[in-house]
Amino acid sequence: MDLTILNAVVAVVIAIAFAAANAAYLVLAERRGAGRIQRRPGPNVNLFGILQPPLDGIKLMTKQLVIPGGADKALFLVAPILAMAPAITSFVTIPFSDTIVAHSMNIGVLMIFAFASLGSFAILLAGWGSRNKYSVMASVRAVSQHIAYEIPMLITVTTIVMMTGTMNLKELALSQSGGILHWHIIPSLSSPLMPVSFLIFFICSLAETNRAPFDLAEAESELVAGFHTEYGSMGFGLFFMGEYAHIVIGASLITILFLGGWGCPLGLYPGVWWFLLKVYLLIFSFIWIRWTFPRTTVYGLLNLSWKILIPISLFNLLLTAGLLKVF
Amino acid sequence: MGAYFSEIFLGLYSLAVGLSITFKEFFKPVVTVPYPFKTLKMCDRYRGHIELIENENGEPKCVACMMCQRGCPSGCISITTKTETYEVEVKGEMKTKKKKILTGYDLNFTTCSLCGQCIENCKFGAIEFSKEYNLASTRKEDFHFNLLNRLKERNS
Repeated sequence: MDLTILNAVVAVVIAIAFAAANAAYLVLAERRGAGRIQRRPGPNVNLFGILQPPLDGIKLMTKQLVIPGGADKALFLVAPILAMAPAITSFVTIPFSDTIVAHSMNIGVLMIFAFASLGSFAILLAGWGSRNKYSVMASVRAVSQHIAYEIPMLITVTTIVMMTGTMNLKELALSQSGGILHWHIIPSLSSPLMPVSFLIFFICSLAETNRAPFDLAEAESELVAGFHTEYGSMGFGLFFMGEYAHIVIGASLITILFLGGWGCPLGLYPGVWWFLLKVYLLIFSFIWIRWTFPRTTVYGLLNLSWKILIPISLFNLLLTAGLLKVF
Repeated sequence: MGAYFSEIFLGLYSLAVGLSITFKEFFKPVVTVPYPFKTLKMCDRYRGHIELIENENGEPKCVACMMCQRGCPSGCISITTKTETYEVEVKGEMKTKKKKILTGYDLNFTTCSLCGQCIENCKFGAIEFSKEYNLASTRKEDFHFNLLNRLKERNS
């Protein structure tokens, strides 16, 4: 009994450390990537800017957290924590390899989506609590965006759960072991539209993490800084870290659901290194997309989801259901 | 229905084109320099503040004709001279001649508009634009340049 509690504590500590370290250094990676795409070096003082994240952290922590007059103090303070905590909690159930998983549960997929939707609550509370019209507008946008993009995302996940018959992330990854041809991104007999599903899921995870080109919740050209206009100090820092933790979770989820988890494309030496390689390649593509495309409009964003992604993912669900019955 | 799908595919294609462009740019060398540590060579036509040109003896080419001072619309050049007499032998007999010598060439860069009239006016090619651009100070006295001293410092 003691041993299992100790295991759980160690696992949670590792999950927090992993999430925080990733969140901190992905900011650096993002800035370096942006720099390279724009043909400039990015933060490059002291060995590729390796000290930039800790120094940013010190700077944010030493600043004063100003609570605007008339703001709802409780909501204002809860919102940044609500942005970061669910993101870290989701790491607990993500399997990095068949042995490295903090807690493998049978409803892992459901749990991650439940926590991911808490992220939109954080934005809603931040916007509502800070008594700023721009923040409220950003929250309204964010919530409508999250609702619109959770639907195709969950339909796509339903398709995969239907094919594999499990919601356990570990078993989902294990069902794709044995080379690239078993991965869910490759069209199989029972679901020929899987690459399309992958694309839908990828777009939705961009939108769910509030990444450009879907970062309407913090459209700085229209809404000052969106929902975190009134936040300074570590409140802002937590929102920022939460965003990057969500990116890591999104990339991990795509890896597990579509790209075979910790499996090698050729079936050789499966392990955590393959998982991390795939995750960081996906994160690179997130950064790459952010610095390529301009921000969409609100209507464009909602039309993309309701008119294109939802019908296609629903069609794919029906097709897969029918073909699973046939074969 | 056909327009619906063609729009999707056209959109996806245009997105792919954009991504391929940024992907290529990602691997190209950077075009900026980390400024305080590295600087670029200034282009030939850059107009900094003016600077005296030296002759082969290391002295200013300037003959103190005052044309630059007179031509300056902002009045930011002030030249001081002294007259020197010297003896020279002309056709067997000694004659005393006078010569103007430059003793000070002060440029008040705070009012200079970099129009280049001084350089246009100089018939002896004695002044030029410098390529100096690292000029920042909190005191305006730092922009009163003594060009004669600057020439000496360059030579020493």
